[in-house]
Amino acid sequence: MTAETIIQSLASGLLMGLLYGLIAVGLALIFGLMDVVNFAHGEFLMIAMYATFFLFAYVSIDPLLAAPLVAAGLFVFGALVYLFVVRFAVRAKANAGMVQIFSTFGLAIVMRGLAQFFFTPDYRSIAHSWLGGKTISVAGIFLPEPQLVGALVAIAAFIGLYFFIHRTDFGRALEATREDAGAVALVGIDKNRVFALGWGLGAGLVGLAGAIMAVFFYIYPDVGASFALIAYVTVALGGFGSVFGAFAGGIIVGLVEATTAMILPPSLKSVGVYAVYLLVVFIRPRGLFGSM
Amino acid sequence: MDKDFTSRRRRELIIAAFFAALAATVPLFVKDVYIQNIMVLTLMYAALSQAWNILSGYCGQISLGHALYFGLGAYTTALLFTKFGVLPWFGMLAGGVISAVIAMALGYPCFRLGGHYFSIATIVIAEIALVLFQNWDWAGAALGIDIPIHRDSWLTFQFTRSKLPYFYFALVLACIAWLVTWWLEDSKWGYWWRAVKDNPSAAESLGVDVFNSKMGAAAVSAFLTAIGGSFYAQFVSYIDPESVMGFQFSLLMALPAVLGGIGTLWGPVLGAVILIPLTELTRSYIGGSGRGVDLIVYGLMIVLISLARPQGLVGLFSVSKKAVSR
Repeated sequence: MTAETIIQSLASGLLMGLLYGLIAVGLALIFGLMDVVNFAHGEFLMIAMYATFFLFAYVSIDPLLAAPLVAAGLFVFGALVYLFVVRFAVRAKANAGMVQIFSTFGLAIVMRGLAQFFFTPDYRSIAHSWLGGKTISVAGIFLPEPQLVGALVAIAAFIGLYFFIHRTDFGRALEATREDAGAVALVGIDKNRVFALGWGLGAGLVGLAGAIMAVFFYIYPDVGASFALIAYVTVALGGFGSVFGAFAGGIIVGLVEATTAMILPPSLKSVGVYAVYLLVVFIRPRGLFGSM
Repeated sequence: MDKDFTSRRRRELIIAAFFAALAATVPLFVKDVYIQNIMVLTLMYAALSQAWNILSGYCGQISLGHALYFGLGAYTTALLFTKFGVLPWFGMLAGGVISAVIAMALGYPCFRLGGHYFSIATIVIAEIALVLFQNWDWAGAALGIDIPIHRDSWLTFQFTRSKLPYFYFALVLACIAWLVTWWLEDSKWGYWWRAVKDNPSAAESLGVDVFNSKMGAAAVSAFLTAIGGSFYAQFVSYIDPESVMGFQFSLLMALPAVLGGIGTLWGPVLGAVILIPLTELTRSYIGGSGRGVDLIVYGLMIVLISLARPQGLVGLFSVSKKAVSR
């Protein structure tokens, strides 16, 4: 193995890792806001990929242009999921944790069923998009364009999110609600509205990721499941609720995955990521950036 | 112990004996193999969910990776039988012991983790095992193991002509899981577990050995789950990593307890009796098209029950209000 191939795979790992961060950040945001783990997160990604596919196949909108539309669509969808499902789950007086897990898990199954019903279980892919299949050579390293653009979008999204949380009224309301949901009600902030917008934002971010994933990944009803698991690990690795943790967690997951693939057979590549998760939480039980 | 409490426990035992006896007579009237198959699965899930409930319901350590122990039970039995000719009965015991030991070995580092960090660790560990089994050529890798049928006999625990032996074994298994829970509920362990679940630091300060309570719950829970896995391997006579160790299966195992009533004695039983027949019937009547309608119905059911009855369905059938709120 030459130094060049090592740099090559680490570079692809880094790009993929930034995308993992973007997939996971919505999960982290929602968790930080209201302590709820969304078990339908992978299915949010799945419908975003389908939306991108259909916009491309029927209206010929390139995924790159479709991304903001898909993100907006997912924003609305996420807010609706909060209003019609999660709002009732968090109200549960008994077993709130289990109710949240299983109501969102049930939702995930419904979404998979609906995808099978309307879109069939067939694998689909987007051919001949602007970025699809193209690579760019930087200093002798070949980078696939979809992943490169995805990584740039992810970085932009994280920067945007940072300013959004710290510089806007809604962002401050979000932060205040996550600190103390009871107290914000006293200053006239409608908790439900903040939560709904938080869910919208979380879903919108995974929508953005889905639009880019659709360019280079197969699209099928169960596609969310494998990415959801990586997203949980990413979020937990960074520390639940920490937005920056999701960013760092994503990069680590991407790099570890690439490293594992160099050492072990490709079918074992996920083992490295899982092992690193265990290693990290055994040393730091609340993840890398979670509050102790 | 006041008298009311003792008589309530005795009443529960009598009710359980009554239902078990009733269940035992059902196959005399129901000859349809398809329905018998559903009954076997229902009893198996009742036992599995009861086992899951010990660690996750009573002790409050939400495991989303119990498929690991189920798979270990299934694989131990199947491998010992196909590779070394060891009878499934010994394989069953071996699988149970191996799982209990592994559960404690994993519990050692994992029980330091709280809440979601613990749950995700359980998912991740089961996934690692899944991937390893998928790549383990000697154990059949991703294709799994076909258990050859010798002849119908209790010795090899194989029956091709009738489902009834499986049915009665599953009934016994469900009864054992119930009895173990019933017995532990009122033992020192049961009180420790509930204390650990409600408030670990308060329990610790009152002299409860929190760490060993969790270890005990994990061992019992994993042992029973593995027995279920061994049974499943014999019942379907074919296993592969994804079907016995997949993440989905971990959730399916927990579901009856969650919908029936987590941390209750009757929750897993009630949940399985309602959920499994509904699942199987929707799958065969409206799932045949392969268009996912069964998934839609099933998923909606989970969402609606968990939102409408967060404390589980068990409260609907309870005579005393007090037992529900506990």
